[in-house]
Amino acid sequence: MTTLDATSPNPSNTPVPPVDNYLTYTRGFLSWALTLDHKRIGLMYLVAVLGSFLVGGIFALLVRTELLTPGATIPGVDAEVYNQFFTLHGAIMVFLVIIPSIPAALGNFVLPIMLGAKDVAFPRLNLGSFYLWIIGAVLAVVSLAYGGFDTGWTFYTPYSTTTTTGGVIPVVTGVFILGFSSIFTGLNFVVTIHKLRPPGMTWFRMPLLLWALYATALIQVLATPVLGITLLMLIVERVFQIGLFDPAMGGDPVLFQHFFWFYSHPAVYIMILPAMGIISEIISVHAHRHIFGYRFIAFSSVAIAIFSFLVWGHHMFTSGQSPLMNVVFSLITFSVAIPSAIKVFNWMATLYRGSISINTPMLYGLGFIFLFTIGGLTGLHLGTLNTDIHLHDTYFVVAHFHYVMMGSALIAMIGGLHHWWPKMVGRMYNEKWGIIGFSLVFIGFNVTFFTQFMLGSHGMPRRYYNYQPEFQIYHVISTIGSYIMAAGFFWTLFYLLQSLFSGVKAPSNPWGGRSLEWQCTSPPPHDNFKTTPSVGDCYDFSVVKWDEEEGGYVVDRSEVDEERPDH
Amino acid sequence: MFEALREFNTMSHDTTAAHATHEDHDDHGLGHIVSYGTLFGIGFALLLMTIVTVAVRYVDAGELNMPIALGIAGVKATLVALYFMHLRWDRPFNALVLVGSIAFVVLLMIFVLMDTAQYAPQVFEGNAPKVQEVLTVEAPGAPIADQSQLP
Amino acid sequence: MTSIQANPSDHADDQGHDDHGHGHDPNLAHHFESMEQQMDSGKLGMWLFLATEVLFFGGLFVAYAVLRARNPEVFSYASQYLDTIMGGINTCVLILSSLTMALAVRFAQQGRKGLLVLCLWLTMGGAVGFLVIKYFEYSHKIHDHLVWGGTFYEPVDESQKLLLETPEEALDTPLVTGPREANAAEARDIAMSQIVNRPEEAASSVKTAALGPAGLSAGPAAAEAAIEETESDGHSGAGHLADPEMPVGTHLFFGIYFCMTGLHGIHVVIGMGVIGWLIWRSQRGDFGPKYNTPVDLGGLYWHIVDLIWIFLFPLFYLIH
Repeated sequence: MTTLDATSPNPSNTPVPPVDNYLTYTRGFLSWALTLDHKRIGLMYLVAVLGSFLVGGIFALLVRTELLTPGATIPGVDAEVYNQFFTLHGAIMVFLVIIPSIPAALGNFVLPIMLGAKDVAFPRLNLGSFYLWIIGAVLAVVSLAYGGFDTGWTFYTPYSTTTTTGGVIPVVTGVFILGFSSIFTGLNFVVTIHKLRPPGMTWFRMPLLLWALYATALIQVLATPVLGITLLMLIVERVFQIGLFDPAMGGDPVLFQHFFWFYSHPAVYIMILPAMGIISEIISVHAHRHIFGYRFIAFSSVAIAIFSFLVWGHHMFTSGQSPLMNVVFSLITFSVAIPSAIKVFNWMATLYRGSISINTPMLYGLGFIFLFTIGGLTGLHLGTLNTDIHLHDTYFVVAHFHYVMMGSALIAMIGGLHHWWPKMVGRMYNEKWGIIGFSLVFIGFNVTFFTQFMLGSHGMPRRYYNYQPEFQIYHVISTIGSYIMAAGFFWTLFYLLQSLFSGVKAPSNPWGGRSLEWQCTSPPPHDNFKTTPSVGDCYDFSVVKWDEEEGGYVVDRSEVDEERPDH
Repeated sequence: MFEALREFNTMSHDTTAAHATHEDHDDHGLGHIVSYGTLFGIGFALLLMTIVTVAVRYVDAGELNMPIALGIAGVKATLVALYFMHLRWDRPFNALVLVGSIAFVVLLMIFVLMDTAQYAPQVFEGNAPKVQEVLTVEAPGAPIADQSQLP
Repeated sequence: MTSIQANPSDHADDQGHDDHGHGHDPNLAHHFESMEQQMDSGKLGMWLFLATEVLFFGGLFVAYAVLRARNPEVFSYASQYLDTIMGGINTCVLILSSLTMALAVRFAQQGRKGLLVLCLWLTMGGAVGFLVIKYFEYSHKIHDHLVWGGTFYEPVDESQKLLLETPEEALDTPLVTGPREANAAEARDIAMSQIVNRPEEAASSVKTAALGPAGLSAGPAAAEAAIEETESDGHSGAGHLADPEMPVGTHLFFGIYFCMTGLHGIHVVIGMGVIGWLIWRSQRGDFGPKYNTPVDLGGLYWHIVDLIWIFLFPLFYLIH
C-alpha cells in the first residue's frame, strides 16, 4: 500500500514511529472497549479470565483452609457457608475460567494469525462474545448479594429448584448468558477455519492447535445450547413449579441430570482439547522436532469431539440410571480413552531424539503429559461400574477431575501463555524465574491432589464440611500443597507482570517456531502481517535458523521450496 | 497458487474485478434465485399437507397415529429446509450442519427414553403427595393415589 | 475506519474506488476478500446458529418425549382441551408467512425494493396474526386454570369452588358418587350409572362437566361436549377438576405445552424484531443484487421458527 501507513491515526502527518503494533495502533479506553481487533479482544479475555482465576482460587484456598480440621476451622464458617465456598469455586472455575480460557483468550489471539487470516469471520460477534462473558460474570457476582448459592456447580434438582438460597436464579441466568458467549466464540472459529483459510493453507497444513480449536468449536456449538435449555428449565421450574424435575409433581430428577451432563461432559472436552492442541505446538517447537503422526493427532481431535457426546451417563452411574444405560455408557467411556492415548504416544514419539530445550513452556508441556496420564488413567477407575460404586462422590473424583482440568488443561494454558507471551506483549519473561514458578506449581499440585486420591479411596466423601479424624492427616497435607501451588501462581503472576516493564524485547521468533504467527513482529502489527509469510509445513524446523543480528530465529526462505512447501 | 496469500495483506482489489461477473455461480448458491413456480408450489404443498394432517387426526389408525402425523411433519420440514431455506442449491456443509444438529437431538432422545423405559417399572403409580395435598374432597373427580403402593 | 492518504491524488471517492480504479463494495468488510466469501461465511454462521436453536428446542422435545412415554393417557386426555382448528390455522399462517419471507428474499436479490418491503410487511403481518391467535388460546386456558403446576388444581372462581366443595348430598345431582377408585374406568361406570338412574336431573344440570346434556352419551365424548359447551357459555362450571376421566399428572401436559409454545412465541417476537429491522433497512435502499445477505439470513431465522412450529403442531394438537 502507500508508504505512509494508511491506517495510522495521525492527523498532523508527523512521521510515525517505525514499530507500530496492535497495542499502540490506537489509544484510549474506547479504542479497547469497542475494538474489533481479535488480538485486543483476546488480551481483554486473558485479563478477565486470569482475574476470575484469582477469585476462584481464593475460594479454593478458603475450602482447603476450612478442611484443615474436622468441623469448624475458620471462625464464622459453618457448613452452609462452606457449601457456598465450594459451589462458587466450582462455578467460577468451570464457567468463567477453564471453558473460555484457551479458546477465547489464547485462541482469539493466535488463531487468525496462525491461519493466515486478517481477523476472525465475525469480529463484531467476537466483541459481543466478550461482553456476554462480562455480563455473565457480573450476574454471578450479583448472585452473592442475593444470598449466594450452595447447590454445587452442578445445580442438581430437586435441591436447586427448592432451596431458599436466593442467588440461584441470578447465577443460573449468568451461566445461561456465558453459554451464549461460548457458543458465539465457537461459531466464529468454525466459520473462520472453513472460510477464511487463504489459498495454500489447506486443512492438512494447519497447525494442530487449529484442528484442536476447530474440534472444540464444534462441541461448543452443539453442546452448549442443551445447557441453555437445561438452565432455562431450571429457572422455570423454580419460578413456576411446573413439575418437570420434581417427583412430587410427577417429574423426574434424573432427567435434569441427563440434560445437564449431555452438555457438561462435552464441556470437559471443550476444556481439554485446546489444551492438547497447545501441547502439540509446545512439544514440537521446543523439541525442535516434527510432530509425530500429524494426521493421527488431527483426526483424534475430531474423534474425541464426537465421542464426547456419547458418554455423559458415566456421571450418573449411581443416580438411579438404569443398569442397561450404565453398561452402555461404561463401554463407550472406555473407548473414548483411545484417541487421547494416541495423542500421548505421538507426543512421546515427538520428544524422542528431539533437541529438547528445557525452558518454561517445555516444562509445562512435560508436566502436562505426566499429569494428564494420571488424570486419564484414573478416569478408567471411575468409568468401571463396580469401582465407581465405591468411588463416586468421594475425593477420588475430585482428584481425578483436578488432574485433568487443572493439572492438564490449566497447565497447558499457562504453558501456552509462556509460549506466546513474547508474541503477545513483545517482551521475554525471566526464564529462571519461570522454572521456579513451574516447580512450585507442579510440586504443589501433586502434593494437593495425589493425596486426594488416597483420601477418596479410603472413603472420604466430597463436598463434606466435617469428616472423621482419621482423614485429617491427608487433608492437612493437601492443604499445604495448595498453599505451595498458590505461591507458585502468585510468583508466576509477579514475573509475568514484571516482564512487561523490564523484560528483554522479544524477537519475532524467539523459540524457532515455523507456524505463521512466528513470522510477524512481536507484538504483531494491527493487520497481522507486514510482509507476506512463508507458508509451508509448519512443523518442518530444518529451515528455521538462528539469526544473531535479530536475536531470534528466522525462516531461511532459500531452503523453502514455496511451490512445493511440504518438501 | 500462493498469489492470493502474497497479496492478501496489501489490500489489493485485483480480485474484485475477477469476481464482477460472478452472479450466476450456482455451486455456492450466491445469486441463485428461486423461481415463482417453486416458491408458490411448495407453499401450496405445505398448506395442503397441513389440511391433510388435520383431517387425518380424526381418523384413528391406532399405533400408526404418531408416525403418520410426524411423518407428514417431517416431509413439510424437509420441503421448507430444501426450498425455502435454499439448501437444495447451497453448499452441502450447511445441510450437514442442520442434519447433524437433529442427529444429536435424536441421540439424546434415544438414550434418555431407553433409560426411562428401563426404570419405569420401579416408579410408583398414582398421585404424588404434593398433588394429592391440593386435591381435597371438594374435588371429587380427580383421581387419587392408592396409598397401599407406597412401602 | 477511514484511510488517511498521504498523497492527495490517491484520494478515494465515495464508492471506495482507489486510484487503481477497482471497485470496492462499501458493504464488504475489510477482513474478507470478496463479497462471495463474506456471503458464504455469513450463511455458514447463520446455519451454525440455527443448529444451536435446533438443539435448544431439542431439549424440550426430549422432555416432551419422556413425559409422554411415561404418561401416555395424560396426553391423550389433555389434548382435547386444545383447539385443533385454531392450531391448524396458526400453522397455515406461519407457512404463508414463510412463503412471503422467501418471496422477500427473491425480491431483494432482484433489487425490487417496493415488493421486498411489501413482502416483509406481509411476513410481519403473519407473525402478528400468529401471536393474536396464540393470545386467544392462552387467555382461554389461563381463565380455566388449564395451566401448569399447582394452579391446575385450584378452582377457577368462587362458584366453581363452591360447587366442588358442596357435599354431594346437598346437590340435586351429585357429581360422582360411590367409593373412590384409582381406576378411572370404574369411576366412569359409576358416573354412568348415576346418569342412567337420573336422566332428568342430568339433563337439567348445567354445572356438571362430567355429565352429558342428554344423559345418553357419557364418558369422554360427554365430557368433551360439556367442556366445549361451558367454554362457549363463558362460565366454567365444574371444570376439569370434576372430570372423573382426568388421569393423574395432567398438569404436566399443560406445563410442557406452555413451556414449548411459550418459548416458540418468544422466538416469534424476536423474529418480528428482525423483520422490523429488515424493513427499515430495505426502505433505506440498503439491499440489492450485490448485497442482500441480511434479508437472506433473516429469512433463514424465520424459516426455522416455522419449522419448529411444524413439529409442535402435531405433537400437541393432533394427538388422538
